[in-house]
Amino acid sequence: MSMRPIAADAIGGGPRKGAVHRAGAALRRLYALPLAAAVMVLVIPAEAAAAPDPARGQQIYDRCLACHAVENNRVGPRHCGLAGRQAGGLPGFDYSDAMRAAGFTWNRQTLDRFLADPLGVVPGTTMTYDGIKDDQERRDLVAYLLSLKPCAPR
Amino acid sequence: MSDIQTDLQAPLQTPAQPSEDSGLILPRRSFLRGAGTLTLSAAAVAMLAGCESAAAGTSASAADISILNTALGAELEAIAAYQVGAESGLLQKPVLDLAVQFQGHHKEHADVLAKTVRSLGGKPVDAKKAYDFPVDKLKSQNDVLGFAAGLEKGAVSAYLGAVPLFKNRDLAKAAASILGDEAMHWAVLRNALGQNPVPVAFVS
Ligand code: HEC
Repeated sequence: MSMRPIAADAIGGGPRKGAVHRAGAALRRLYALPLAAAVMVLVIPAEAAAAPDPARGQQIYDRCLACHAVENNRVGPRHCGLAGRQAGGLPGFDYSDAMRAAGFTWNRQTLDRFLADPLGVVPGTTMTYDGIKDDQERRDLVAYLLSLKPCAPR
Repeated sequence: MSDIQTDLQAPLQTPAQPSEDSGLILPRRSFLRGAGTLTLSAAAVAMLAGCESAAAGTSASAADISILNTALGAELEAIAAYQVGAESGLLQKPVLDLAVQFQGHHKEHADVLAKTVRSLGGKPVDAKKAYDFPVDKLKSQNDVLGFAAGLEKGAVSAYLGAVPLFKNRDLAKAAASILGDEAMHWAVLRNALGQNPVPVAFVS
């Protein structure tokens, strides 16, 4: 997809020129790529993508059922109460060292990135799964995961 | 339920038994005869373990061992799940025979995976002491079949997600071979549930 270069400028450089220009240019270089990516994320959904749909996401979740369940630990940890949970943070589940050391919490962004490429994002994870490559499928899946209620007490 | 039994009767009464020299070196044991011991498919072992010399000791093998061990963990869990199903008292013949046969396949997968991990110099994961299945939600034969079908569908996806990760292409091929078996389980379980056995042209 093509992007007008002005997009990164508008956000990164701001309207002011002159004395701050050089610093602004450096900053723009630094931020151009992530900003471009951010703008794309902002732009694409408006143009092409449907709103994230947890019901469709639940069907995508079928692909996880060899290793996961919502309420039960299996080869992978249960997913109830995932939103806001520390990666590798479910007490009593035997995570890999890599996942324990991941150091982030699960939210829309971290889930989206992890599920696109689990081993790329957490090298050494025992979730040896290629990932969900389709952006819309991943958005739907993440919406479903984030909709899961806290785990029932047992 | 009786429809299901009728549907399943025919194929179960005439299981294909390839001759030993057919090139398909399948386990001679048939679930219908109920022999207890596990005979490994020599072809599968060769397929999985034959790459041993090429891969053992390389860094690629550490990553591949991890994939094999995760798959092994899932196979061991599937074996336990079928055990729960078989012991639930909810499955009637011939569906019960089917479950026992499929469990046998998972045992063969697990055995081959464990052997391969060992041949690559790794330590195969053990079965867990206890598994946590939603037994309270399994109240009828169809509940059990639906649960099993979900696991098999998930297994197809899991192997599909493993195939491109293997550094060693022989292992990728072996994983694809297991994937095909799980896909057949999924289709037959759907059929037993009265659902379209093959609802899609592609698995995902
Ligand atoms: C082949 C088995 C397997 C498959 C298939 C699989 N996972 Fe996992 N998953 C695991 C394992 C094992 C872990 C623990 C990873 C670790 O400790 O490194 C895990 C961990 C996770 C975590 C981190 C949870 C936490 O508590 O930190 C999330 C989120 C997750 N999986 C989501 C998914 C989703 C969504 C799918 C389906 C698209 C999926 N997984 C498919 C095995 C699998």
